[in-house]
Amino acid sequence: MPVVLENLGKRFGDGAPVLDDVNATIEQGEFVALLGASGCGKSTLLNIMAGLEAPTSGALEVPSDGAAFMFQDSALFPWLTARENIELALKLRGVGKADRRVRAGELLELVHLGGAGDKRPHELSGGMRQRVALARSLAQDRQLLLMDEPFAALDAITRDLLHDELERIWKETGRTIVFVTHNVREAVRLGQRVLLLSSRPGRVVQEWHVSEEHRTDAGLAGQLTGEITARLREEIRRHAQ
Amino acid sequence: MLSNQLPVADAEAAAEAPAETRKVHAALTRSSTGKEDLRELEAGLDSLQSDSIRKSRIDWSRILLPLAALAVLVILWQLYVSLGFKRRDLVPGPLDVIGQVGTLWGEGKLQEAVWTSLQRGVVGFLISVVVATPVGLLLAQVAPLRRAFGPLISGLQVLPSVAWVPAAILWFGLTDATVYFVVFMGAIPSIINGLISGVDQIPPQYRSVGKVLGASRLQLALQIILPAALPGYLGGLKQGWAFSWRSLMAAEIIAVGGTIGFGLGSMLNQGRDLSDMTIAMSAILLILAVGILIELLVFAPIEKRLLRRRGLLAGSTR
Repeated sequence: MPVVLENLGKRFGDGAPVLDDVNATIEQGEFVALLGASGCGKSTLLNIMAGLEAPTSGALEVPSDGAAFMFQDSALFPWLTARENIELALKLRGVGKADRRVRAGELLELVHLGGAGDKRPHELSGGMRQRVALARSLAQDRQLLLMDEPFAALDAITRDLLHDELERIWKETGRTIVFVTHNVREAVRLGQRVLLLSSRPGRVVQEWHVSEEHRTDAGLAGQLTGEITARLREEIRRHAQ
Repeated sequence: MLSNQLPVADAEAAAEAPAETRKVHAALTRSSTGKEDLRELEAGLDSLQSDSIRKSRIDWSRILLPLAALAVLVILWQLYVSLGFKRRDLVPGPLDVIGQVGTLWGEGKLQEAVWTSLQRGVVGFLISVVVATPVGLLLAQVAPLRRAFGPLISGLQVLPSVAWVPAAILWFGLTDATVYFVVFMGAIPSIINGLISGVDQIPPQYRSVGKVLGASRLQLALQIILPAALPGYLGGLKQGWAFSWRSLMAAEIIAVGGTIGFGLGSMLNQGRDLSDMTIAMSAILLILAVGILIELLVFAPIEKRLLRRRGLLAGSTR
């Protein structure tokens, strides 16, 4: 089932609206990158889609079972091992004990961390923690996966690898992914569609389709990156006065 | 750009034709060749980014330094006594006290006093934990309750629990109930406050994660809030135990007779009644020794384990 945002608006208290008249439709199994400068309400929009916050106006249609969520920092629980973190997500979903163990093992395998299940978060590198967090969000077994700048705090080498990894897992699991980022290159690298959000208030101002050729042809991808960057800067310049 | 390596003529030609130049943006593309390649790359990176495991050895300074400090204090004590400023019966030396401890051991009084007090302290403390934990969790999670009762709980922490002794004697007479009541009133505010401050220090994101993972209110409290608050809660338990132990001694000194047995506080009181400073000193040292042993054998290992598992011990002087 698609995710539909209709004239969605959000303001906190009496302040200026953070989001205003946001319209978008995200098809099942689609990978959408939500791009915007600071203050465009990307995270707020994601929180609304996750049900953590309520919109002040408009309507949204999301799968009734809710969404899985991945945060910028891994947000793993430090008192649990990697495996137990994943098992907790399964437990809160009502999965039985024996199934939990098997499923957690499979998910660790999926993110190539089969051998690190008994390590605690502080013993893992940033990239490993994010992969455990990814496995945990997959453990939620929701069709819709929301990701809030999950790779922003990682080093470039790790990030490049995780882009490939996320693409592979998306293809294997067929999830619908909404990926929030302020990095144009990352948006072009991952998204099938890039939605540009304006700042203050946030509103979808333009969208681009990214083809399979963009994934391998650096020239083509560079051209699109340039085009989107130019549009993004235009949006930022509006706030210079 | 390679412009600084270009021949001058070419550079000029490039400058004359700005319309030809086109900005090329760096872009990210798929950089690995497949699943196996990716697995291998990640394994390599993981091992580069992980610390090698360091083996821990027994650190003898942890045992020898406290013993050395103890020896120094005892020697200073003996030195002071030997100088003879005060009458020997008012300030007994370490050897006199050790002799008295031996006598009390021989009579079986020492064992009885330590056992009676320890048993009461532990039982009273455990009752406090069982009551304070749900109350603390409830106060920490329900804002109106916390606003209503928070100041009272903090106030109770300041109130010395000895103040409850006269009231307890009037209510319960000279029975064990009096002792447990005083211990309970001493321990409970510390445990509740420790748990509340532990909950206050939980990163707000943990709650968001809990909600996103679909935890109910009860699941959130038991599976996420309580374990996340454990370091603060443990601090509260430690303080709660200290208050239990102190309150117990106060109660035992004041409430003597009836069905109240012979504890360390009673021994202290007996030393005063008999004007025997060696008994009083023995009791003081025993009270101190029990306190140190409980800290070393119970709380320190739990705390260390708890902090190490969360990666919070690095760089501390523990």
